Amino acid sequence: MAKEGIGAAVRRREDSRFLTGQGHYVDDFNRPGQLYAYIRRSDRPHARIRGIDVSAARNAPGVVAVYTGEDLAADGVGGLPCGWQIHNKDGSPMAEPPHPVLALGKVRHIGDPIAVVIAESKAQAKDAAELIAIDFEDLPAVADVRAATAPGAPRVHDDVPGNVCYDWHIGDLAAVEAAFARAKHVVRLDLVNNRLIPNAMEPRAALAECDVTGNYTLYTTSQNPHVIRLLMGAFVLHLPEHRLRVVAPDVGGGFGSKIYHYAEEAIVTWAAGKLRRPVKWTAERSESFISDAQGRDHVSHAELALDEEGNFLALRVSTLANLGAYLSTFAPSVPTYLYATLLAGVYKTPAIYAEVKAVFTNTVPVDAYRGAGRPEAAYLLERLVDVAAMETGIDRIALRRKNFIPPEAFPYQTPVALQYDSGNYEMTLREALKAADYEGFEARRAEARRRGKLRGIGISTYLEACGIAPSKVVGQLGARAGLYEVATIRVHPTGSVTVYTGAHSHGQGHETTFAQIVADHLGVPYEQVEIVHGDTAQVPFGMGTYGSRSLAVGGSAMVKAMDKIIAKGKKIAAYLLEASAEDIEFADGVFRVAGTDKTKTLGEIAFAAYVPHNYPIEELEPGLEETAFYDPKNFTFPGGCHVCEVEIDPETGVTRVVNFVAVDDVGRVINPLIVEGQVQGGVAQGIGQALLEHAVYDANGQLLSGSFMDYTMPRADNLPSITVGTESTMCTHNPLGAKGCGEVGAIGSPPAVINAIVDALKEFGVKHVDMPATPEKIWSIIEAHRPRLAAE
Amino acid sequence: MYNFAYHKPASLADAVKILSADPEARPLAGGQTLIPVLKQRLNKPSQLVDLAALGLAGIKVSPTALTIGAMTPHAAVARSAEVRKAIPGLADLASWIGDEQVRHRGTIGGSLANNDPSACYPAAVLALGATIKTDRREIAADDFFQGMFTTALEPGEIITEVAFPLPVEKSAYEKFRQPASRYAMVGVFVAKGPKGVRVAVTGAGQNGVFRVPEMEDALAKSWSPDSIAAIKVSPDGLVSDIHGSAAYRSHLITVMAKRAVAKAG
Amino acid sequence: MPQVSLKVNGKKVTVEVEPRTLLVELLREKLGLTGTHIGCDTSQCGACTVHLNGDSVKSCTMLAVQAEGAEVLTIEGLARPDGTLHPMQEMFREHHALQCGYCTPGMVMSAIDLVNKHPEGLTEEQIREGLEGNLCRCTGYHNIVKAIAAAWEIMHGKKAARAA
Repeated sequence: MAKEGIGAAVRRREDSRFLTGQGHYVDDFNRPGQLYAYIRRSDRPHARIRGIDVSAARNAPGVVAVYTGEDLAADGVGGLPCGWQIHNKDGSPMAEPPHPVLALGKVRHIGDPIAVVIAESKAQAKDAAELIAIDFEDLPAVADVRAATAPGAPRVHDDVPGNVCYDWHIGDLAAVEAAFARAKHVVRLDLVNNRLIPNAMEPRAALAECDVTGNYTLYTTSQNPHVIRLLMGAFVLHLPEHRLRVVAPDVGGGFGSKIYHYAEEAIVTWAAGKLRRPVKWTAERSESFISDAQGRDHVSHAELALDEEGNFLALRVSTLANLGAYLSTFAPSVPTYLYATLLAGVYKTPAIYAEVKAVFTNTVPVDAYRGAGRPEAAYLLERLVDVAAMETGIDRIALRRKNFIPPEAFPYQTPVALQYDSGNYEMTLREALKAADYEGFEARRAEARRRGKLRGIGISTYLEACGIAPSKVVGQLGARAGLYEVATIRVHPTGSVTVYTGAHSHGQGHETTFAQIVADHLGVPYEQVEIVHGDTAQVPFGMGTYGSRSLAVGGSAMVKAMDKIIAKGKKIAAYLLEASAEDIEFADGVFRVAGTDKTKTLGEIAFAAYVPHNYPIEELEPGLEETAFYDPKNFTFPGGCHVCEVEIDPETGVTRVVNFVAVDDVGRVINPLIVEGQVQGGVAQGIGQALLEHAVYDANGQLLSGSFMDYTMPRADNLPSITVGTESTMCTHNPLGAKGCGEVGAIGSPPAVINAIVDALKEFGVKHVDMPATPEKIWSIIEAHRPRLAAE
Repeated sequence: MYNFAYHKPASLADAVKILSADPEARPLAGGQTLIPVLKQRLNKPSQLVDLAALGLAGIKVSPTALTIGAMTPHAAVARSAEVRKAIPGLADLASWIGDEQVRHRGTIGGSLANNDPSACYPAAVLALGATIKTDRREIAADDFFQGMFTTALEPGEIITEVAFPLPVEKSAYEKFRQPASRYAMVGVFVAKGPKGVRVAVTGAGQNGVFRVPEMEDALAKSWSPDSIAAIKVSPDGLVSDIHGSAAYRSHLITVMAKRAVAKAG
Repeated sequence: MPQVSLKVNGKKVTVEVEPRTLLVELLREKLGLTGTHIGCDTSQCGACTVHLNGDSVKSCTMLAVQAEGAEVLTIEGLARPDGTLHPMQEMFREHHALQCGYCTPGMVMSAIDLVNKHPEGLTEEQIREGLEGNLCRCTGYHNIVKAIAAAWEIMHGKKAARAA
């Protein structure tokens, strides 16, 4: 049993279907009589729609219907809702402009959907969409947050002055100002967190059908089908939940971009109802670039106050966050409670103040992307600490160690709302430095120098908060939903088990790891456990998968449900074994009267529960199935140390990551193989952000990196082997001790890479390099300093 | 893509006939550029004429020329022992085009007829002074490339083979890849052969592939990286985009040229 | 509509297609072989990679009519009829070289071609370069590289497959 229990490197059971082409992704589904939707999108960043003529498109071959925003509005279709409300410094609520499913009167970004053509074939729908004549009046547009907040900037929404969605803050400003006044050193840094495009390999897709009785089914590429059902049913289409089934089958990666309720889901569902035929929409990659929520895009100024010895006294941060043209589902939470609350990091900085202005621009909406707010916080902090080391002359490792929250300080209350439960930052730092042979680095630098290369090493000691979070707390912070998770455990009459989980797997391997947990906890063979997810008709409810929460929250719900199973099983066993329930012990799948050899297996108990011939029917209901809603008691706080080593070719400016070590504290590890894979994948995205990826808009909102021809995705030859270690302390407040591992890679790595680059360039006196550190950027820095070097 | 009629003629004459009769018809070679263009609906041909059945693939070597059939895929050129022996830089260049899947389909004739300013082959063809043979004539490389996506080909004219004069004493290609598309951001082919010393640059010029006479003169005098280290191509007329400014491309031309010379030995 | 006849996974098929139908559309929509995926529209991601007469090609960058008379091998045709996986499939599983599974069919097809064409051996660098035409967003490629190196050993007879 133990070989497939908690901690075992079990090979994934889902691989059998993925490796043989038997996976079932949304676009693989086809329904009889299916129609195809193609969406005509804006090619203007900002324009008034004076008129739309769809007559030619309606008459094109194969076309069944053409709809515009007016058609949806006339039918009472609502706008896309926002799930999180932030309040301004003065207590007033954020600006929340309408987000129509299809544009009404105006388009506000490249890709804004305007009309949908539904036809017998995909090609016919696309052919006809070109025939829609749209009379645009171009309006001035703005893409950059600084430009958008400048006086006289074009307004994205007429009733949002200054384009400011909210002006929010956290922390004790007076305490921070007092600390800065007495500081010995103040270090300052301006930095940009570059906008990214998530680019899960499976483009989004949605297929809806409506049967003769008016029951709807939507197959969609979602990380959280129940949330889509709730948002779309209640706010957009006004369909009751019992008539709307949402299925998120195999989903080809999400990274956050498939959390949100998107217009296309509502469009195909509504149209399927109108036409009473199935309607399918599948994004082309070019559409993904202009319709999937994008990530990051912060411009920040940060200041750190230190005393003579290098103790951090206070941190002051001011950030402009780009939200794009509309509020995506969870967008407001990202630059606030998922960002500024993390600014303490692993350090005991006593006073912190952050203010965040979130800004509308004529760009694709921005929302959570792997890490969501926490990469931005970690990047800012870990860059700032390196700059502090450089400017105070204190060694960067020593400076970190001096300011670490020590292991004995937990639980530790930060000045920015969070209370950390556990951690050991020295342990992950020490192990990472050892694995990266930090001691031996100078010899490698010298050797590289002989080859004409500039070698540098950088570290980050980062922290994240995930497993979001107590419903009561997030409610106070503005969430319009509870953030618990749900699980049903059904023990079948012969003892096999089906688990219905509200978490969704789109690469994380839940079918394997969740089965390991259940096998371990109930003592049943791993093969006897089946995991069901992603279908609102099967799973009672769920909040889905994001923010590294599936194990910490979803896994805990499973444990809670299993504990109910065990409690009931003990009562049944007590009856069968003629003992008192208090005397029944449960271990390894067996109920035993304590201190005796009187036992019943879980299978025997289950059989008795379903065939209750000899059963306490007056006291207990038959059957062995339990559902639990688990509400987390706190966030979880994974963290660790990433060490990156780079080599720069000074002639071209090309940076190569030559070594990368990540040692993370993710709490309890269920399957080390999967944890390593999650970290490696996250690190790859972090290296991508640091060196390659950038969603570039011109000043007017045209996306210049709108395909894989111009948006640089990390490829195998851009990346090194990634050494992963785990050094865990247990989460103290959930039954698994799990913290989460999905995002750590993407959070810890970008600052490690940039710190390494700055280290490699240290002879040039470089303080900072903005991401992505492209070859030309590096070459320009070297060129700019060459004359000075030559003169010295 | 828009719909079109598809033909797969069995003779060169038939292919030429269809293409000549209809200015909206387009030849289809490996399709690795044309099909993506059609998918983006940037082009609306009435007919596609597939050249796959015309027997235009193959590699031949004589004492005076290496001849590559127009429909020879890049992978075949990259793996050919004869090409590696006769013009190692050419085989090396072919191994850098696109990716392995693209190299299995993309052809030398298609690449040259398209004359994408970031394609690799034009650099080799120009630097080696090759001759482009068509259904009706022979065109010297110097006359063939006429600016971005423009060539000396007449409507309906089909490339049949490309002849590289031998013996080639030195040849090498260095490519700085545009990081996303992997096309040449700057590609430099250096050669010393029957046509003298030549240096051709692709990816960088607003008008496509071009030669660098100053580098050619310097290398003719002394074949070494140092002899061209101080020669800069002016940024005027070079491409500037989100991946690199004209000034950066100008710098990279010198770096890639030096490295190519070193590689050629 | 033109007809195209070809062999897919060893089976002869004749299908009516529009001239503009792509090979990947033929496979997915006409033959129901949905294991071959579409991940982009610029011929960059490689999710649609299949073998055409033994060479890896992007089935999204080829017209179905161009495959007339060809032999196409897709991910569905790799395992033996008894379910035994190809060594590449087996090593992908063994080394956790896939997460969401979407790039996997194309990645496996490319990897097999790469190993087939390099009986002399493959360095890590060659494997990484050989995957230039395939994007994966989940794994960071680390385990894919490991899986391919392990599969090379088996495919070229240096090691037996791990006993299941």
